Amino acid sequence: MSVDEKTVRRVARLARIKVDDAELPRLAGELNVILNFVEQLNEVNIDNVMPLTSVVEVDMRQRADVVTDGGYAKAVTQSAAASEDDFFMVPKVVE
Amino acid sequence: MSLTALTIAQARAMLQAREISALELTEAYIGAIEKAKLLNAYVAETPDQARAMAKVSDAKLAKGEGRALEGIPLGIKDLFATKGVHTQACSHILDGFKPGYESTVTQNLWEAGAVMLGKLNMDEFAMGSSNETSYYGGVTNPWRRHNSNKSLVPGGSSGGSATAVAAHICAAATATDTGGSIRQPAAFTGTVGIKPTYGRVSRWGTVAFASSLDQAGPITRDVRDAAIMLKAMASVDLKDTTSIDLPIPDYEKALGKSIKGLRVGIPKEYRADGLAPEINALWERGAQWLKEQGAEIVEISLPHTKYALPAYYIVAPAEASSNLARYDGVRYGLRVPGDDLIDTYEKTRAAGFGREVQRRVMVGTYVLSAGYYDAYYVKAQKVRTLIKRDFDEAWSKVDVVLTPATPSAAFAPGEITDPVQMYLNDIFTVTVNMAGLPGIAVPAGLSAEGLPLGLQLIGKPFDEETLFQMAAVIEQAAGTFTAKNWWA
Repeated sequence: MSVDEKTVRRVARLARIKVDDAELPRLAGELNVILNFVEQLNEVNIDNVMPLTSVVEVDMRQRADVVTDGGYAKAVTQSAAASEDDFFMVPKVVE
Repeated sequence: MSLTALTIAQARAMLQAREISALELTEAYIGAIEKAKLLNAYVAETPDQARAMAKVSDAKLAKGEGRALEGIPLGIKDLFATKGVHTQACSHILDGFKPGYESTVTQNLWEAGAVMLGKLNMDEFAMGSSNETSYYGGVTNPWRRHNSNKSLVPGGSSGGSATAVAAHICAAATATDTGGSIRQPAAFTGTVGIKPTYGRVSRWGTVAFASSLDQAGPITRDVRDAAIMLKAMASVDLKDTTSIDLPIPDYEKALGKSIKGLRVGIPKEYRADGLAPEINALWERGAQWLKEQGAEIVEISLPHTKYALPAYYIVAPAEASSNLARYDGVRYGLRVPGDDLIDTYEKTRAAGFGREVQRRVMVGTYVLSAGYYDAYYVKAQKVRTLIKRDFDEAWSKVDVVLTPATPSAAFAPGEITDPVQMYLNDIFTVTVNMAGLPGIAVPAGLSAEGLPLGLQLIGKPFDEETLFQMAAVIEQAAGTFTAKNWWA
């Protein structure tokens, strides 16, 4: 499979990365090199093979559904690009 | 002998005997870092914090209460969260980020008495094999070819860690390995690097790249130091659901134990076409050393080896695209204002991520997008099952697998520009991450051009002890390698 510029634009949008139109041919080329490389996997017979979900066989550890941490909003928002009253500030979303 | 030339084990003995103080040792490293700016190994230095920690260590040592790493000065890869200190995964998008918490690995090290010298350079978000993708610029390998003053890369992604250890500007360093990022730079710099079994070391507080592959480990001057460091870094951590609840052995005790009767697998698939004669000779010599000490050499087959790298380049970008979705310019780091929220996200991520990271996030987004998930991600995870099965079968015949660590010695910056060509650096290391196994890179000799070359030992899950035991035998035969100091 190979990607065209239209697909690259769609993927960039999904990935939330702004891409200039002038960059599309280069990106399409680079992505195609990688996608062609992984194409080799088509040679492998994967009939009746289960996908690997864990590299070591363990039961997922569980814990009680209780709050064990938190209550320090200031510490959380201190590294924000913009914050006010312990809230993250973002551009207006609703007009 | 200069204080910075001491291994951890040597420094530990002298500190405990009060022949040197932790503060003296720390000052020696701070001075050495000052003179090694050319290497660009550190992205943030914390000398005041280091001195304060060393003073605490001296007080402990005076009372005879020295802990496992009391007073040992370490460098920390920029991927580990360190409270109140630069933690940016060497990415522009994490500009100014100083976490309000400490990673489990570094917390374990501080609780063992270690001293923090600063944060080490790395490929951005650990994506790279040459340290060239760092927002803070490349790192220079302390090693150069014979009769050459041309700079070489230290490998990556833990390039700062490997260079700092090799250049004696930290006693040891933390590192992480997703496809070879501990073992490849260790091999390029004549240092020892171990990627433990997935789940041995907590991932909590370590910036995530590909969660099912990421594992932290140390880079050190010798095998004993690696054993000391891994014991201190490893823990069972309730904050990481993939942390495995198994006791942590005293790895140092495995050193010096006879390897008589142990079986060493030589996978024929690693003898790929085009394996450099020099690398092949190194590999044969390594097998010979183990044989001389009583190990049995057994040819084995790991038939799915060649599919590990392509499967990795689906799994790792897919997980990265998901993990890196959190960098949106809202909660921390860089923000580039846009017309609306989406525009802010897109502009922030375009400016904040470097080219290699953008490429991998886009590949990951593509392979996970509607209609392609089964064809790519699920298929790659099935191939991973087959890779793991190859090893499971091998363990019925052998105790450990011996391979080269890298297909070549260190190369020059800018020498490899094709991404797939760069990815091939990890061809011998990546299968180990795909199968979740432990792997150690140990220096085994110098190339004809005078550059370090390493061998890799791969072990059964949670059998790091056998890796240390065998690596010590290789080290004994090969010796250790120190770069000539040209930078200070």
